[in-house]
Amino acid sequence: MWFMATKIKTAAVVCSITKVTNGIYSMWIKEKCIAVAAKPGQFISLFSKDGSKLLPRPISICEVNKEAGELRLVYRVAGEGTKEFSKLKEGDSIEVMGPLGNGFQFADVKKAVLIGGGIGIPPMLELAKQLPCEKTIVLGYRDQDNFLAEEFKAYGNVVISTEDGSVGTKGNVIDAIKENKVEGDMIFACGPTPMLKGVQAYALANGINAELSLEERMACGIGACLACVCKSKDKDHHSNVKNKRVCKDGPVFFVDEIEF
Amino acid sequence: MNTKVSIAGVEFKNPVTTASGTFGSGAEYSEFVDLNKLGAVTTKGVASIPWAGNATPRIAETYGGMLNAIGLQNPGVELFKERDIPFLRQFDTKIIVNVCGKSVEEYVEVVQKLADTDVDLLEINISCPNVKEGCIAFGQNPKMIESITAELKKHAKQPIVMKLSPNVTDITEMARAAEAGGADAVSLINTLTGMKIDIHKRDYFLANRTGGLSGPAIKPIAVRMVNQVANAVKLPIIGMGGIQTGEDALEFLMAGATMVAVGTANFANPYATMDVLKGIEEYMKQYQVADINELIGCVNR
Repeated sequence: MWFMATKIKTAAVVCSITKVTNGIYSMWIKEKCIAVAAKPGQFISLFSKDGSKLLPRPISICEVNKEAGELRLVYRVAGEGTKEFSKLKEGDSIEVMGPLGNGFQFADVKKAVLIGGGIGIPPMLELAKQLPCEKTIVLGYRDQDNFLAEEFKAYGNVVISTEDGSVGTKGNVIDAIKENKVEGDMIFACGPTPMLKGVQAYALANGINAELSLEERMACGIGACLACVCKSKDKDHHSNVKNKRVCKDGPVFFVDEIEF
Repeated sequence: MNTKVSIAGVEFKNPVTTASGTFGSGAEYSEFVDLNKLGAVTTKGVASIPWAGNATPRIAETYGGMLNAIGLQNPGVELFKERDIPFLRQFDTKIIVNVCGKSVEEYVEVVQKLADTDVDLLEINISCPNVKEGCIAFGQNPKMIESITAELKKHAKQPIVMKLSPNVTDITEMARAAEAGGADAVSLINTLTGMKIDIHKRDYFLANRTGGLSGPAIKPIAVRMVNQVANAVKLPIIGMGGIQTGEDALEFLMAGATMVAVGTANFANPYATMDVLKGIEEYMKQYQVADINELIGCVNR
């Protein structure tokens, strides 16, 4: 069969990098092909320059500037790999692969509820920008360190929950939804598994459609190695078992597709 | 310049294939690399029925390597025959199907079901450390290796390659058992059983507790074992374990492997198979090697 590469791994250039808050960095990188193709909810793989670290780090896409061919990544330093990325300087190059995964589907939504928890907040920003309908953005934090919250205000009504009660509703994102009587016909959520579990239960109990963006330990990032699977409700057509690949079939799944 | 090699009467355009489990059935990586350029694609292990695999996390990065405990998740041989073989047959490359099972009967069933398919070699996985029954339980006992090899030879229509585990005291004993059982070739090494502890959670990192170590960290062990086996049996060898570059592959060829498989390196670099091939060809040009077969096992002569 005739061959044409449809995915690329290539060097991107760092346009700017800033520390957003303790341990969280925001970086704009230039890679035209990936930026042009990128959709909200997709991610890219970043590769370490250190040969002892083989596996790519999957990082969600926070914002895209298609005209400039640039992508914004907001990531938490979770280990040596992301620490290396946090030390990059403007003009440095970094190996990237993408865009990966499916992204959110958001046609025909009338009133959207966007939910982000912790480091699951960044991918909701590009979605908030691109969603053409009325929307409420619910952001869950640990404390008053409400990174990115200000930036969301340009795109909708922002509601905040904090675990310590220092800002907004004390508790989790579901508590904030109830306290603020947030309503919508579609939920989009990204965050830690316990939060997604809560959102799934809330959406199903209230008959609201929802899309959930999952995270799992990945190796290849493109669907070959079967490391990052999640449980699916029905038998998946590709795996032929009740498993779906988070990197390839996801990371975004419909609320009734998966089980925690 | 000849890069063709052959194993059990099957001719490959070059000695580069993929290591089972790292490349699926080629579909995902075909978006990055031209499968037509590979000597062969070795598929992810396939069983008689679909397997769901282990719980997550299934993967952990380690220094210069990684641990995996996928647990041989696979769609079963029926869907594999319907979907994966026709996909691979579109390309001008050989197909090596990795076969796994939890009992001799299960291996036999897969081999029988593949008998009428257009695949070139069967690689028998008796060395996966992440599945409780079968697999490695067969691969650590020479008597079992000999008898399962002999049994599968009765049913197989394609040549069979026994994939050996490094988690043994003397791998040559296992290779001799495969040879005695009538194997057409051996491949080695599968992963080394390892463990990682999550010090923040104070728990095992992998849901399966142990996993198979792969990547450049294991390469010297793999080269040593390939060389030992090359000196112990007459069977051709498919060598693997931490190959990232042409230089790495050449070490395996010179140690005695007829073919080489690129595995974990695909994750770090989706073009790794092509880089390995290019590296081998550049070496041949640089040293004016007319035939790659001159290099195979050259350190043993």
